[in-house]
This record gives sequence, structure tokens and C-alpha cells, in this order.
Amino acid sequence: MLDQLKETIIALSTAPGVGAIAVIRLSGDDAIAITNSVFRGKNLLNQESHTAHFGTIRNEEGEIIDEVVATLFIAPKSFTKENVVEISCHGSPYIVQRLIKLFLRKGVRLAKAGEFTQRAFLNGQFDLAQAEAVADLINADTEASHKAAINQMRGGFSEQIKQLRAELIHFASMIELELDFGEEDVEFADRDDLKKLVNQLLSVITTLVSSFDLGNVIKNGVPTVIAGKPNTGKSTLLNALLNEEKAIVSDIAGTTRDFIEDEINLEGVVFRFIDTAGLRDTEDKVEAIGVQRTKEKMKQASLIIYMFDLKNDSLTEVNRDINMLENLGIPFIKVGNKVDEAQADLYAEMQKDESTLFISAINREGLEALKSKLVDTVNLDNFKSGDTVVTNIRHYDNLVQTQNSLNAVLSGLGDNITGDFLALDIRHALRFLGEITGQITTDDLLANIFSKFCIGK
Amino acid sequence: MFHVEHYQYDINMFQDYDLIVVGGGHAGCEAAAAAANMGSKVLLATMNMNTIAQMSCNPAVGGVAKGQIVREIDALGGYSGIIADKSMIQFRMLNKSKGPAMWSPRTQNDRMRFAEEWRLQLERIPNLDFWQEMVAGIIVEDQRVVGIETSMGLKIKAKAVVLTNGTFLNGLIHIGEKQFGGGRSAERASKGITEQLEELGFESGRMKTGTPPRVDGRSIDYSKIEEQKGDAQPEKFSFSKETKVLEQQRSCHITYTNPLVHEILEEGFERSPMFNGRIQGLGPRYCPSIEDKINRFAERNRHQIFVEPEGWDTVEVYVNGFSTSLPEDIQYKAIREIEGFKNVKMFRPGYAIEYDFFPPTQLKTTLETKLVQNLYFAGQINGTTGYEEAACQGLMAGINAHLKINNQDPFVLTRSEAYIGVLIDDLINKGTDEPYRMFTSRAEHRILLRQDNADVRLTPLGHKLGLASDERMEYVEEKQSHMNAFMANLKSHKVTPKHVNTNLSKVNSSPIKEKTNAYNILKRPEISFTELSQIEDELNTMINGYSKEVIEASQIHIKYESYIEKENQLIQKMKNLEDLKIKDTLDFNQIPALSSEAKEKFRKVRPQTLGQASRISGVTPADISILMVYLGR
Repeated sequence: MLDQLKETIIALSTAPGVGAIAVIRLSGDDAIAITNSVFRGKNLLNQESHTAHFGTIRNEEGEIIDEVVATLFIAPKSFTKENVVEISCHGSPYIVQRLIKLFLRKGVRLAKAGEFTQRAFLNGQFDLAQAEAVADLINADTEASHKAAINQMRGGFSEQIKQLRAELIHFASMIELELDFGEEDVEFADRDDLKKLVNQLLSVITTLVSSFDLGNVIKNGVPTVIAGKPNTGKSTLLNALLNEEKAIVSDIAGTTRDFIEDEINLEGVVFRFIDTAGLRDTEDKVEAIGVQRTKEKMKQASLIIYMFDLKNDSLTEVNRDINMLENLGIPFIKVGNKVDEAQADLYAEMQKDESTLFISAINREGLEALKSKLVDTVNLDNFKSGDTVVTNIRHYDNLVQTQNSLNAVLSGLGDNITGDFLALDIRHALRFLGEITGQITTDDLLANIFSKFCIGK
Repeated sequence: MFHVEHYQYDINMFQDYDLIVVGGGHAGCEAAAAAANMGSKVLLATMNMNTIAQMSCNPAVGGVAKGQIVREIDALGGYSGIIADKSMIQFRMLNKSKGPAMWSPRTQNDRMRFAEEWRLQLERIPNLDFWQEMVAGIIVEDQRVVGIETSMGLKIKAKAVVLTNGTFLNGLIHIGEKQFGGGRSAERASKGITEQLEELGFESGRMKTGTPPRVDGRSIDYSKIEEQKGDAQPEKFSFSKETKVLEQQRSCHITYTNPLVHEILEEGFERSPMFNGRIQGLGPRYCPSIEDKINRFAERNRHQIFVEPEGWDTVEVYVNGFSTSLPEDIQYKAIREIEGFKNVKMFRPGYAIEYDFFPPTQLKTTLETKLVQNLYFAGQINGTTGYEEAACQGLMAGINAHLKINNQDPFVLTRSEAYIGVLIDDLINKGTDEPYRMFTSRAEHRILLRQDNADVRLTPLGHKLGLASDERMEYVEEKQSHMNAFMANLKSHKVTPKHVNTNLSKVNSSPIKEKTNAYNILKRPEISFTELSQIEDELNTMINGYSKEVIEASQIHIKYESYIEKENQLIQKMKNLEDLKIKDTLDFNQIPALSSEAKEKFRKVRPQTLGQASRISGVTPADISILMVYLGR
């Protein structure tokens, strides 16, 4: 492990495939020296950090492989805090491959997945929360996800947690004070004030915890189910949505990527359709959406598109389904399909509810309204205002544990439980928060006590 | 001078000892007694046999967190609890209004009797010899201690040595502008050991502590100050039946300083060694001198003073809370302005004392030094303060010295087993910048480390070592089996709404809806055994069949079961970190990512496990994450 860290590593930093340019990155003590040994142009060893230099890279035979721009980042002023060189070359897989092979022959090692980030972390560039955000950033492929990752990287999340902890440490010190120095002339922690403080903390943490749902949506997409009787047109709708998406994606130059089936990106929000295999199963024997198996599937969703058949369904059936969905407690969008062939009374009846949408999946009518409805339902308002969003499962777990401990404090206060047990739950809360950014120690608590209170005989 | 190859041991005067304990304070006494009781031939070398087991500070034992330590020492088979019981003049269980983990026994003691009881106790141990003389140095051969040399040049051979020098190493006493060498009021300092240890490569530091004036109790007007009585139903420290509870007690009193007292004290600040820089050693923040208190907390217009009698018969009184090193005339002028002290006569002025200590990060978990084999440090020499802290280190050093010379496995207590474990773990991993005192908040598992269960936790271990007697072990086993029987009885004892609801309402508890057991009723916060025995006659009879000790211990167990359970789970989790071993050969300097502070600390402490590494002060979670990555996690 130690030896591995000393090695200079290399990787292609841009997406593989053909493009205008590609960027190859080297990191390690010898990154600049090794680059310089194959680079013709200025002597890179004499250049300042954060400068870009045009030149050529030649192989051992002196043959030019490519014209490149080498950008230098001298330790510790780089992402990894090591010497870093970014080589911009022409975006051909063949050239990239030849360049990397040349560097490998010069003693550079191919980087493992995430190794640049790992080095940045090991060299003290980030705290743990920030390192995880960088990993997320690399994986981020939607606008919203990118924004959340950037926000976390700037330390916004760490900052908020740090503030909470400072308040909680004070709280803990107050309790410790009355426990260890209760025999002396000290003021006791006012239980009502403590209660107020815990409630404040809880409300902030609860917001963070619930932002995880949103955060998760941003990172992994909204699990979405299209529900409805067979032959309502569910798979037609799905294909229509997916095809539209595919067209948009391929229209934008440079964004070409592996098309992931069953996912669409609307205004930066990813919707992930689940159980689509079932939708396409023409042998589906499911008679109504109310049966158990369908219900189970729907419970996995965060959003349901309820589709009914304006041509064939009865009002009773539709109302029964809507009633069932309301009981399920998952947001759903009512969509009447086959609007061009609708039964007049059912159509008129359903139009009374303004939130119902009417489409013709086969004719691709009404899809725009459905799409903006989808985005509206997910409602990213609070995220877009730049608030902290928790997207990391480990952070989420620790926050939930903190929440549980704080709730235990509250119920302890209600039961008039003694300070030593209150302190136990407070310490647990502090520990879980500490798992995210750092620990507090008894010394911190004592230092806080000694600086604020006069104690001791 | 001590590195010469061969010595002439005076075999006529001294036998070859297994262990020599240098110093006869709380640490030295426990160390000597433990090793001798385990079978070692022990010599206790002290500067003055008349001052063995002196209480140099206040005449009291125990208190918050410290009382728990005394119970632990007693459970293991040490003597501090027994001696404190035999010399107590008052008993109080502090923090009784708080949870059971906070209950802390404390005794007020007869200072002279305390020392006498210890001396007599030591004299009753057959394997234990005494020698009165200042020890000038240790004899080291091949990085191993082989004996001591005294100030008269006598060389005494031993397989191991425990140093418990207290405040005597280059002790310097300050009263105002006056300063003089001394280890305690009217006792001389010890010279030579620090210098020799430094030559051997030990790092030393300087600490400071202080004591208040002592006054003539006949000159205090007790009618003007508040009385603080002992408990109506006093208990005691020792789990053994060797000691008894008090039938009669002496009271303490409480009074306060006032703005006038503060004003007078401030007049002396210019001549205070604390403020003019003559004292360099670092004093404890939690035991500040009165001048420190009024300087740092100028907004407080009064500070509490505890008036503590020094014994059954003596008129001497200890003015706790008024520790000072101001000039004696200022002390005198100021103290007479305290309520009740108008005509007070001073016996001895307060003073501050500076002394050498050795940062305890130089020790192993057994308190053996890393530099010199078979050499152990215990007590204030390690930067701690307090009789209890010193005594438990002495006990552990004595036990481990005996085990080491007999090639047996070391005896180490963990942080979840005992306050003693917390103390030693803190010392060797974190070191200390100020005199280290135990607080309950230092023990993350304090819910488990209670004074009531110290015997259950530790007597089996002490018994295995051969320290705790068979009799003690039988008590513990009996107590546990009674607790189990009692709790089983409570579980099987069913109560019905018809029988108990009327009585439940009488004790302000809500009625039950269906048949349940007594165990569940006891879980209610408002119900203790007193209430439980009132709700049904049969229950009352059943409960009264058990001793108070069994009832109380069971009650704690039942009421706090869920917390105790949670705590045990946490310990299990932490154990995973403890199981991650760090190889001795790992070169921390080769890990560039570690902060330079962490590298330095790791190099010094050489943590054995990731858990231990995480407790070293100055080490951040990031450092631990980095180590984890290196260890392949």
C-alpha cells in the first residue's frame, strides 16, 4: 500500500470514445518529470503551477504521437495534492491508447477506479464527507445530481453538521457539569431550555433526513410505476416517453452516452420506470391494479402514473382504483388514455377533476403536459434554492441514528429521567454526527466546561 | 554513575527482593500490599515512616467518580476502601438524586487515623519489609532495573521497582514571594531521581497543585454557617464484612466568600507566584486556587467554601475551596472576612507546590515503562492528582510487577470494565497536560461502571489473581444468585387489576388493564421497591425476604435494562476496532497522508490496535480513516 502511493498513476479523464479532445491525467511525484521526458516544447520542469504548454509527445523512436497541451499542477496545489499533469490530446481512442501505453513503458501505472479521489483524501484534501461527494460528482450524470455534489464538496453539508454539533456539545457539557460537579455551586441545565434545543436540532436533522428522499431521487432517479389494467396502453406510453427522450439526447452534440432503457431525464430529474418487464408482458393475467402482486410493485415506487382507458373502462372501476391509490399514500398522476376514442360520459365525469390528464399515447398527444406534471410532482424547489441535500446513504444512516438518539433524549426528558441517562443518548447523538465529519472527545466536553464554568474546590 | 557493571550488594542487611516500592503514599501502599499479598518479597522504601499514607490534601476519600474507583480497588482486593471505612468520621452517598451511575460514596476521614490504619495494615503483611531513607536512584543493567541506590549509598537488589514519588521529585513550595524546596509542608524534597531518569532517556515535565490554609476549629462561629450532615443511613466503601457503618458522624459546614474577600485577595496578586510567573508548572483547571477563581470568573461575587473537620478529636479544620499560594498575611486578612471566620486563627497557611512528573505516554498498559524493563510508575509521578487515582495505579503496578517477574500474563482492565481501565488508557494514550483527575464523563460506559456493581465486575478478577479472598468471592456469588432468584420471582409474580389498582393509584401510578407481572410494574419510572411493596401484601413479604443490597442492585438492573443493553451493544461494536491490530513494524513516517501530529503521537505511543490509536489525543478521524485504508479496510 505504501509503495503503491509513491507510484505515478495515469488514466483517461474524459469519457471513452471519439470526441474533439480527450484529457489524460497523471498524478504522482514524477508526473511532471516523466511527461517532460517525452514532451517537446518548453522544459516543463521550469514552469509554474497552473500553466498550460503546447508541444508534441514523441515515442522512443522520436516519432510524434500527437500535438498536445500539457497543463501543470504542482504539489500541493492540485486535486490530489501531488504533482499533476493533464494532457489534452486529440479525442481518438487510438491516439489515447498509444499515449497511455507510452507512459506505462516510462514506469507510470494505470490508476484504479477512484484512485485519484483516494489520493486526494489520503493527502488531506477533503474530509470523509467531502471525499464521498467527489465520488458522487464523478458518478453524477444529471444536472441536479451535479449541483448536489458540488454543494457538498464546498463543505456546505459539513458546515451545517458542525454547527449542530457545536450546539449539542454545549448541551452535553451542561449535563456533564451537573453530573460531575453537582456537589458544587453550579447552575443546573434548565430542562425546558434543553427540550427547546433538542427540538430545534431535531427539526434541522429531520429536514436533512427527509432531504435524503429528494437526494436519492437526484442520485438514483425517481422510481416510477405505470399502473393500469392490461391493454390500457401502458407500454405504448412508456415507449413514447422513452423514444422522445432518446431523440432529445441524441440531438445534443457531445452528450452521446449509452442509452439506458427505462430511464428518462426531464429538466435534470431522472425518472426510472420499474417493473417495465411486467408492462411489456402481453400474457399479463392481472385483471385490476388492486391485486396483491401489483400493489407490492407499486409500493416500491415513489411516483405512480395511474392510467385508465377512456374507451373501455367504467366509472366504477376507475373510482375504485383511485380510491385504492389514495389509500396507498404514494403520489400518483391520473392519466386517461385513448382520449380520441373516449366514452363521452366517462370523459365528462373525469374532466371535473382538474388534475386529471388526458392523452393519446399512440398519437403522442398530451405528452408534454404529462412530462411537466411529472417534474412538478417531484418538486425540486427546496433543492434548487441551494439547500443542503443528503445524497449519501452513510450520512443518511448516521442522521437517522442521531434522530433516534435525540428522540430518546426527548422522551427521557418527558419521563424525568436522570442526567446520566440523558447524557448517554446525547453522547450517542454526538457520536453519530461525529461519524460524518469527526469525533468529539471527553476532552472537548471538559474543556468546554472548564472554560465556561467556575468549578472545583 | 549508576551504569557501572558490578555492584557490591550488602547481603547482610538486605535480602534480594522481588519488588521494591519507592514511596509510601496511597500508590506506594497499594502497590506494596498487592505484590506482597500475591507472594512477592517486597521492600517499601520511604523517606519517613511516620508519614506513610499521609492525606496531603483534604481529609476525605471518594466523591464523584473517585468513590467508584475506591469501590473498584476494594473489589479487586486492595485496601483503600477498608482503610477509609476504618477512619471515616462521616459518610455521604453523593448524587443520590441522579441516576445510579452517578451515586458516589464519599467519606470525611480522620487524617491521623487514616495514616495509622494504613501503617498497621501494612505491618500485618508478612512478606513486606520497610526501609526509611531517601532513594537517590535506580540501578539499571541492560535496559532493565535491578535495584535501587539510597542517599547513603546502599544498594538494594530487586527484580522490579515501582516508583511512587508523588510531589516529592524536586518539589518546590510557594507561599507568596517565598519559596523553598519540599515535598509536602514541613517535609523535604527528593533529589536525583528525575535527573537520572532523564539521563536514561525519559521525558519529564512540571506540574503544580495547591492546598488551602488549615485553621483552629475553636475560632469558627458555626452558628453563622450552614451545617452539612452525613447521610441518615450511612453506608461504607468496602464490600467485605471487615468494616462497619458509622453510628455517629461529624458534620461539615458550608460558607461563602464575598466581594470584600475577593478585594483583599486581589491586593496580593502582585506578590502571587501564580501571576508573576514564578510558578511554571501547569495546575488543574478543576481544582483552581481561590485567586485563580476570582481572576477567571470575575463576574461571580461568591465562591463556596467547605469547612471540613480533620478528625474525631482534633480541633484542626480544613478550609476546602480556599486553596491559595498568596502571601500568608493576605491569606489571613482575607479568610477573616468570610462569614463565620471573623476571629479565626490560622494553623498552617495554604501553599502551592511544583513537582516533576513523567508524561505517562512513556508507559505500557501495565504501567511498566517502555524504556526500562521491570520499572513501573504509579501515582502523581504520572501526572495524576487524587488519592484514589494514585491508589488504583499503585494497585495495578504492584499486581503487574508481580505477574511480570513470575512470567505471567499482564493484568489489564479495559475501558468498559472499570474506571481504573479508563484512567490508565487515558494516561498512556492521551497523556495529560494538567494534573489528571477522574470524572464520570471520562468514562463513556459509565452506566455500566457503577459503585454498586464494582464487586460483580471485578472481584472474580481479583480472586483469580489471588488478591480478593475466597470469602469476598462467595459474597459476590451469593449476591448474584440472590439477584437472579429475586428477579425470577418478580417475573413469575403475577398481579391482577382487581388486587393492585387501588393501591397503584395511592402511589400515583396508573392502573393496569390486564394481569401482568411485578417485574413490569417496577419498570415504571415512578415505581421503586418502596412503592412496589405497598401495592400487595404478598409482594411486600417476598421483597422483604431479600437484603437491601440485592434489592437495590436488582432494581437498577431492571429499570435501566434497555440502556445497559444498548451500552453492551456499543461495546461490542467498539471491540471490532480493538480487534484491528497494528503491526509493531509499521513505520508511521512512511504514511505521508497522516498529519504530522498523528505521526508523532503514533510513533511515541505505538498503539497496538486501531481502537487504541483512535483514542490518542490529537489524532483525528481522518487519521484513523487513513490508517484503516493502510490496514486494508
